[in-house]
Amino acid sequence: GAGQDVGRSCILVSIAGKNVMLDCGMHMGYNDDRRFPDFSYITQNGRLTDFLDCVIISHFHLDHCGALPYFSEMVGYDGPIYMTHPTKAICPILLEDYRKITVDKKGETNFFTSQMIKDCMKKVVAVHLHQTVQVDEELEIKAYYAGHVLGAAMFQIKVGCESVVYTGDYNMTPDRHLGAAWIDKCRPDLLISESTYATTIRDSKRCRERDFLKKVHETVERGGKVLIPVFALGRAQELCILLETFWERMNLKAPIYFSTGLTEKANHYYKLFITWTNQKIRKTFVQRNMFEFKHIKAFDRAFADNPGPMVVFATPGMLHAGQSLQIFRKWAGNEKNMVIMPGYCVQGTVGHKILSGQRKLEMEGRQILEVKMQVEYMSFSAHADAKGIMQLIRQAEPRNVLLVHGEAKKMEFLKQKIEQEFHVSCFMPANGETTTILTNPCIPVDISLGLLKRETAIGPSADAKKPKLMHGSLLMKDNSFRLVSPEQALKELGLAEHQLRFTCRVHIQDPRKEHETVLRVYNHLKGILKDYSVQHLPDGSITVESILIQATAHSEDQGTKVLLVSWTYQDEELGSYLTSLLKKGLPQSTP
Amino acid sequence: FFQYCLSGHPTLPCNVLKFKSTTIMLDCGLDMTSTLNFLPLPLVQSPRLSKLPGWVLKDGSTFLDKELKECSGHVFVDSVPEFCLPETELLDLSTVDVILISNYHCMMALPYITEYTGFTGTVYATEPTVQIGRLLMEELVNSIERVPKAQSASMWKNKEVQRLLPAPLKDAVEVSMWRKCYTMPEVNSALSKIQLVGYSQKIELFGAVQVTPLSSGYALGSSNWIIQSHYEKVSYVSGSSLLTTHPQPMDQASLKNSDVLILTGLTQIPTANPDGMVGEFCSNLAMTVRNGGNVLVPCYPSGVIYDLLECLYQYIDSAGLSNVPFYFISPVANSSLEFSQIFAEWLCHNKQTKVYLPEPPFPHAELIQTNKLKHYPSIHGDFSNDFKQPCVVFTGHPSLRFGDVVHFMELWGKSSLNTVIFTEPDFSYLDALAPYQPLAMKCVYCPIDTRLNFIQVSKLLKEVQPLHVVCPEQYTQPPPTQSHRTDLMVECQPPAMSYRRAEVLTLPYKRRYEKIEIMPDLADSLVPLEIKPGISLATVSAVLHTKDNKHVLQLPPKPPQPPASKKRKRVSEDVPECKSLKPLLSGSIPVDQFVQTLEKHGFSDVKVEDTAKGHIVLLQEAETLIQLEEDSTHIICDNDEPLRVKLRDLVLKFLQKF
Repeated sequence: GAGQDVGRSCILVSIAGKNVMLDCGMHMGYNDDRRFPDFSYITQNGRLTDFLDCVIISHFHLDHCGALPYFSEMVGYDGPIYMTHPTKAICPILLEDYRKITVDKKGETNFFTSQMIKDCMKKVVAVHLHQTVQVDEELEIKAYYAGHVLGAAMFQIKVGCESVVYTGDYNMTPDRHLGAAWIDKCRPDLLISESTYATTIRDSKRCRERDFLKKVHETVERGGKVLIPVFALGRAQELCILLETFWERMNLKAPIYFSTGLTEKANHYYKLFITWTNQKIRKTFVQRNMFEFKHIKAFDRAFADNPGPMVVFATPGMLHAGQSLQIFRKWAGNEKNMVIMPGYCVQGTVGHKILSGQRKLEMEGRQILEVKMQVEYMSFSAHADAKGIMQLIRQAEPRNVLLVHGEAKKMEFLKQKIEQEFHVSCFMPANGETTTILTNPCIPVDISLGLLKRETAIGPSADAKKPKLMHGSLLMKDNSFRLVSPEQALKELGLAEHQLRFTCRVHIQDPRKEHETVLRVYNHLKGILKDYSVQHLPDGSITVESILIQATAHSEDQGTKVLLVSWTYQDEELGSYLTSLLKKGLPQSTP
Repeated sequence: FFQYCLSGHPTLPCNVLKFKSTTIMLDCGLDMTSTLNFLPLPLVQSPRLSKLPGWVLKDGSTFLDKELKECSGHVFVDSVPEFCLPETELLDLSTVDVILISNYHCMMALPYITEYTGFTGTVYATEPTVQIGRLLMEELVNSIERVPKAQSASMWKNKEVQRLLPAPLKDAVEVSMWRKCYTMPEVNSALSKIQLVGYSQKIELFGAVQVTPLSSGYALGSSNWIIQSHYEKVSYVSGSSLLTTHPQPMDQASLKNSDVLILTGLTQIPTANPDGMVGEFCSNLAMTVRNGGNVLVPCYPSGVIYDLLECLYQYIDSAGLSNVPFYFISPVANSSLEFSQIFAEWLCHNKQTKVYLPEPPFPHAELIQTNKLKHYPSIHGDFSNDFKQPCVVFTGHPSLRFGDVVHFMELWGKSSLNTVIFTEPDFSYLDALAPYQPLAMKCVYCPIDTRLNFIQVSKLLKEVQPLHVVCPEQYTQPPPTQSHRTDLMVECQPPAMSYRRAEVLTLPYKRRYEKIEIMPDLADSLVPLEIKPGISLATVSAVLHTKDNKHVLQLPPKPPQPPASKKRKRVSEDVPECKSLKPLLSGSIPVDQFVQTLEKHGFSDVKVEDTAKGHIVLLQEAETLIQLEEDSTHIICDNDEPLRVKLRDLVLKFLQKF
């Protein structure tokens, strides 16, 4: 899911033999089989548990976790599911809400039950930010702050030195209640990024906020009602903080309501998970908890018919069902009223229809609803815009990028931009497509300290810039790789060294006495081989490093001396050099 | 590997570890027992304290009577209380790269280290540790600064004078190192050097060392630390608990396979059972209140107080205490209670589940809501209006030397109806009470120390099996007051290495391997040979690159090929630059096959002679002989380089290279 599409995020990653499923969402635009991902892509026959090493949920939005109980309890998966603490806390509540709307209101059967949600949540392991979770010996995952909603996280998945980062949904600019997404320069082989706003560069947040407040204020001043359809958690809290402070500052009296149920509870979550909000809120929460609202009261269904101005936050956010849709129907006919859509609407929803300019809506029972109220769209959804996506790529420095959770046309544009600016490959597979990315993993090996020390000890004395050549033996046994000195390798394998020695006879014309010849050879060599240890031993032989040179008189010709040059294979270069040097004879001795 | 021990207090440790190329300070504990030698700092002038007689030497000299006061046979310094700092002379503390904090009690000396030693590194601690540590420091600074004391005594510290003083002043150590409390700007500056970390977060230090905090189960955000490279692992266990109180349980599994385990912060009251103590606390409290008396609980503003409030929450209705007011007085009382509710991720499972509902994890939220528990920043202001007796007061400091507790000791000390209940284990209650004697009020000692006891330690060590244990010397012998209790010490094999203040230990450690990475193109070029079943070997000649303590092996650069058109330069004209490494050889040469090979290569006059150890192969025309033995080959020839090279290569074909 989420391939060139927004909805039912579900991505399967195979990395170094491990299979990880990223998110398990539902699609809000469908009511049939297409609302859930097609899990038969993972395996046709065989249990999902055997095939998947783990499942990771990035945040609590239903398009990222809505199919989870179906997946784990109805299709069947018993392995670990990872999510952050706030996600673990909030996710089951949204799932239950979703189930209620689907089963109790729309009367669907063959849907997951409350018990299934509970059983599913038992499989969830909560993770801390930046905690390295060892899923098994090789596979590790780590969560980073994503700032999209409370508890939203990006995940790094790592096996050996190969890694993938999945962003989930993220926001690169801090808002009134959450901080900005952050990741270190972890250089993943692949970055899977959302791209909801692939082509948008949003104006400054301040402007949008001012605009929003102005519109609300104007409507209320002329006695109109403002409906703001929201999802219970996320934007709702941001906009509440915004209105609360505005009401306080302007001393406004018109009531603000928050549709009951979920939302009251939601504010509670924000209070308890305040460490996940932004710096400012965290710092001041002891003096004043930003999620305790003075001006915002719980909504009752009957209030909708009250005369006079009011502002109502109602769920759900895309006007596709529930209380927000009910209020919308009541208020749509009056041009004094206003509906403000603060976020993205999926195709097929009422929200999407009115945003695309439709003013006559066909409701259930063929009823036609004429929309006279003002319709405003204001992007408050906390997704990164094009600038933000580029910024994240700059932060993480991935070798490849893969775009999901966006529209194909927009992705295409962003893909080109990414490839141009970062010179990395960028992919945008459609649902059901597989993208293969070749990695170039290096191989970690254990090196014996003796060998390493020997190498680094030679190092600094010689020219530091010159590469240090090292020689060792790589022992491979089972899965362990050890690089040791050749001597140690022989010893460990119980093998003896085979010594290969060469002795060359070099004839030199020199009528002098043997020991004089030797002295001449010694001086000659000493003069040329300045960097080597050349020694004249008491027994009349010469050594150059470990090469031995002895002189004997020729048995037949007294004017010729025979030099025996003897070296082992390890001194091959020097030995060979010495023989050819001596072959050229000795220089005329200077008197 | 060295360990520098800067603190002699086993539960307030301060050690510095030299590990690979890094210098790591483990904790920064501040020994506050030194304050017991000082007179209490009363918020309101106390006629009793100000009338105490000056101390007079045996010979009648009175030159110290301004500095030292006598109270019920004990002598106290009449000055601003001072603390015993960690050793600062043992090594240059500006070389410390990082400081790892295990819990909020073990960071109280941090400003002294970060602000006065030239320290430029980073401090690592969890978020609750930092937040609550800040509260503890704030309370400390506040309770000392708000009682400005004109006098600062120093004459008694003179070595010659100190010798003449009665115990315990006479035996106080390092008095010249005692320091006054830091200030809030210093606290803020110190805390700004902290980087927040989460449990199981791997933090790389200079590419050489990785440090990881693990849950230690003792307090909110308390951690043990793993300090490791690829091959050596040091576990630092400090202030851990296996009891289920409010914090996340201790992570024991990750301590396995340690080469060295440094063990500090065990329980200070090994003979007391915390559960029993809580029971006694509740019953003594109820009894006093029922008899119309007040209860004073000297405590820290965070930690055990949460558990005590939770117990009382369950207890007060059944004990008929519903109408008794509970007061929590501290400049940070409100913050502490608020902060405790927002660290869901650092709490035990039960409390986490409550947050998921969503409900506050600690029931003191309900106590506050129902007005049973009230908190005040100090005894001034609102408190004096609300104050009703009999009541229960939680306030600091547990040393009874400063903070609002001094006021209540003076207020309630004269009545035997009242009770002071000691729950914090850091100070001897008798010493704490000494300047208040004679005292009519009842004293109950219920120390609650949830840290590991010796039975749990021996279980833990059996479980995680470290190669070596290092601990403060106090843990290697029974407590001095109970020398027969040989069960009250750390027992392990090999025996634990002990340390004491100002000592440097060499940790038993032998490294044998290091991690290195082989680049993919080099790996492709390797040719592994199976030497023995299951064991393959490849010789590697490669270029070693070392950067940021990470080693990488790359393909050696190809030697620059001289252009073919130019006259080939004879290699032998240049002196070989350095010893180019040739592989070692192994194997043996079968003489028959060798001869066949020679013949195949055009040697027609090969003659073989047997010798004692092998064979001699003679090439008659070339006047060359080749001695073949089990483990050696010797080629003796005239100076005919092409011939020698040809023979060499033929021999090498029979041998394996290493």
